[in-house]
Amino acid sequence: MNEILRPIVIMVVVLAYVLTVATALIWVERRLLALFQERLGPNRRGPFGLLQVVADMIKLFFKEDWIPPFADHPVFVIAPALIFITTLLSFSVIAFVPGFVVADLNIGLLFILAMSSIGVYSVVLAGWASNNKYSLLGGMRAAAQMLSYEVFMGLSLMGVVMIAGSFNLTAIVEAQRRVWFCIPQCAGFLIFLIAGFAEARRIPFDLPEAESELVAGYHTEYSGMKFAVFFFGEYIGLTLFSSLMVTLFFGGWLGPLLPGALWFVLKTFVLICFFILARGALPRPRYDQLMSLGWKLMLPLALLNLLITGAVLLAV
Amino acid sequence: MNTVFYISAAVAILSTAMVISRLNAIHALLYMIVSLLAVAMIFFVMGAPFIAALEVIVYAGAIMVLFVFAMMMLNLGQEAVERERNWLSPASWAGPVTLVAVLFAEFIWIVSRTGGSLPGGGGLGPKQVGIALLGQYLVGVELASMLLLAGLVGAYHIGRRMPRTGEENEASRAGISIKQ
Repeated sequence: MNEILRPIVIMVVVLAYVLTVATALIWVERRLLALFQERLGPNRRGPFGLLQVVADMIKLFFKEDWIPPFADHPVFVIAPALIFITTLLSFSVIAFVPGFVVADLNIGLLFILAMSSIGVYSVVLAGWASNNKYSLLGGMRAAAQMLSYEVFMGLSLMGVVMIAGSFNLTAIVEAQRRVWFCIPQCAGFLIFLIAGFAEARRIPFDLPEAESELVAGYHTEYSGMKFAVFFFGEYIGLTLFSSLMVTLFFGGWLGPLLPGALWFVLKTFVLICFFILARGALPRPRYDQLMSLGWKLMLPLALLNLLITGAVLLAV
Repeated sequence: MNTVFYISAAVAILSTAMVISRLNAIHALLYMIVSLLAVAMIFFVMGAPFIAALEVIVYAGAIMVLFVFAMMMLNLGQEAVERERNWLSPASWAGPVTLVAVLFAEFIWIVSRTGGSLPGGGGLGPKQVGIALLGQYLVGVELASMLLLAGLVGAYHIGRRMPRTGEENEASRAGISIKQ
């Protein structure tokens, strides 16, 4: 293919894939949750209620985009854009099939960690700029929660990096030809899964927005498209974490019979369904329980996992 | 690559100037994050992607979040902005500006003498950095880690809860003495 055309095609396809999956997730999540809770969910607009998402989007587009007069105007506007930019940028290093990657960086995994740590600002600044006590509480919870969980999220992935010997996501998938990393790195996978819930701010770890105590937390003051961007950004984040787990622990595109791209999408879908099921099944912990779980249990476990992995690698 | 370097350097200088001149603490911190990102970009252009990623993860992503967190806890209002306005008088600028002007003149002189070639050059991957840190500079890394551990233990000691005194406080508020 043409030298200039190929990267552009890859970029457009990746962007279209991510945005389509994130949009479809709004419907999938509502229908699946309804299924788990013995309800019907949205089933009126179009076949199986598929057009409900379109109807919601049209409604959000035409809603008044109101900025409260007491808010910090520039920061209030920047905050929702940040989460969108950082999560979409993370997708640029994910390898869907061999050679089909926007930027094949040799520090791919670190790039994703860096983007997720910049993404924290979105929630924190939204909470601060709204100039409202519920938003501020949500923003502060987000800062503390995401900062704590980021620490061992990074540590839990280092076991994978040690076995694969590279930060490059393509190389990490290639290193799983013999066995998927979810088996030798079982502990690392579970720790990363829990950190993923906290970083994507999904129930049970959705304390920054906790609607039963903080109204809507950091996005209380947001309306119209700005709210939609936060909402949408959360689904892109969910897709990102599922894709990342597939790449790091479930062998990415590797699999028999079916083409690689299909394997990747299938595995991602299964993990997304798991995230949704967890939302239907688990209650939200208290805030201090969340913090002590992070620092007192998960961090030592991640360090122990790293120690054992290192010892085994040295011995073999 | 040179163009990218000069653009990110300009962004770094501009945003650092904004850090100093902003009255609102959070706005100043936001400019500081931009400045750190620009520095990371410079590292990347100079062929050190690993250091660039660490700059973003550690400085822009972790340390600055803590700064923002502290600022949010204090929740400074309009009075703080007013106070900053009073502090940032033209007279207080004079001293630092003179000193910086001296440094800048020195820099111009050195660059004009050496021809201004950029240091660095070849790429530096994560592996080389790791080998250098845990090989040649092992003692330094170990010393730094011991220092950090001491800091951690100290922070834990200061932040620890003392249940005994807590009980005493509550008891005294209720008008009961628990001392026999």
